[in-house]
Amino acid sequence: MNTIAIVDYGMGNFHSVARALRAAAPEADIRICQEAQEIDRASRVVFPGQGAMPDCMRTLRASGLIDAVLRAAREKPLLGVCVGEQMLFSRSEEGNTPCLDIFPGQVRRFTGPQFADGHAADDAPRLKIPHMGWNRVRQTRRHPLWNGIADDAYFYFVHSYYAEPADPALIVGETHYGLGFTCAVAAANIFAVQFHPEKSASDGLQLYRNFVNWAP
Amino acid sequence: MNTKPDAAAAADALTRRIIPCLDVTAGRVVKGVNFVDLIDAGDPIEIARRYDEQGADELTFLDITATSDGRDLILPIIEAVASQVFIPLTVGGGVRQVGDIQRLLNAGADKISINSAAVANPELVRDAAAYHGSQCIVVAIDARRGAADGTAPRWEVYTHGGRKATGLDAVQWARKMAEYGAGEILLTSMDRDGTRSGFDLELTRAVSDAVAVPVIASGGVGGLQDLADGVTLGRASAVLAASIFHYGQHTVREAKEFMARLGIKVRLPS
Repeated sequence: MNTIAIVDYGMGNFHSVARALRAAAPEADIRICQEAQEIDRASRVVFPGQGAMPDCMRTLRASGLIDAVLRAAREKPLLGVCVGEQMLFSRSEEGNTPCLDIFPGQVRRFTGPQFADGHAADDAPRLKIPHMGWNRVRQTRRHPLWNGIADDAYFYFVHSYYAEPADPALIVGETHYGLGFTCAVAAANIFAVQFHPEKSASDGLQLYRNFVNWAP
Repeated sequence: MNTKPDAAAAADALTRRIIPCLDVTAGRVVKGVNFVDLIDAGDPIEIARRYDEQGADELTFLDITATSDGRDLILPIIEAVASQVFIPLTVGGGVRQVGDIQRLLNAGADKISINSAAVANPELVRDAAAYHGSQCIVVAIDARRGAADGTAPRWEVYTHGGRKATGLDAVQWARKMAEYGAGEILLTSMDRDGTRSGFDLELTRAVSDAVAVPVIASGGVGGLQDLADGVTLGRASAVLAASIFHYGQHTVREAKEFMARLGIKVRLPS
């Protein structure tokens, strides 16, 4: 039985992820998990996250699930989503928070003169923060999780921070918003995305379907 | 990997969003004007699916139920739609406390729109954004031209479905709500709402330039050019409309094709 554990440590849109997985893979056993044992027993794991990084890391530590997530990251297919992707990196600028350090690299805030600061109202339109809405995903490298999804397909984003991997070999997807940033990373049994496949219509469901069938 | 700034907004591929708005009461989606002559518009799931197929970028459900008794009847609708339509769903109308937000999020809403309750208790927005994240807190502002002190051109915030003046300046209020953690501003011009004469572009632009967060323009759409103007002249990140889609005047796809021809970035699903 293909059992998929969605890690529920108290922060995140795990219900939305569960709904999308059930629609994408009705044959799979989808479980929202609050127990380490359940995560250990699952054949694959989805690690979502939403909200502020310091809160996400704090609640993840308090949940007692952190070791189960680290074990899953070593052993079986793991899909990180949004803050769940960012948490895989070494550290985040958001609250200067140490993260799981599975991938070397930093999580940075969108900064620069091209972004709105919320106060200056000069005549040039600035890019809003958060980066919210549908944007193109350039598939910088082939990967089984891109199967059936066109290069430059649109996915739904909501975030103010993005991961910057120290190792460019991790990068499998890139998006432009004032600057080019990494929106998807992969290594061995891990795939992680900044965007929300569960809110990205048919291409998002296809990505979940690919994950359910993935044999890294 | 290129992380150099691109020339301003030129290189960003973020699309402008089109958001159909559905009115809900007593668990049904209705069409209607001014709360009278409500017509059952059909099955909410079927309507949501149709807009999704047409390429809607998000859906907004506005609970126009007058009593709190009927309010929770929107929950099964949101649950049913969220299980079958995989784009962001916003729910607004009658949200008063943090518990309301939790219930709607559990049912499958992605964003919660807060209007009167934000004016009555701005800390609600701060608390909700801190707890649930800014990404799911939308502050809705209903604004009418003309300020209490007569200085023009300013806009005053109204609550309770436009019945109650607050004395608040809409631009300053939007700025304050963004500082309190609102992830997005849903801005409705009461002067234009229902007139089909286009958005109040001056208002839209003033608020959009005043806040770093995205602004959704609402109120007054009569045709496709109005949607385009909201984005180009009003600098809105998204445009919300009801009647031009509900009455079959245009599909969402037609609206997007029109905007694409004008060079506006939109998502056109194949």
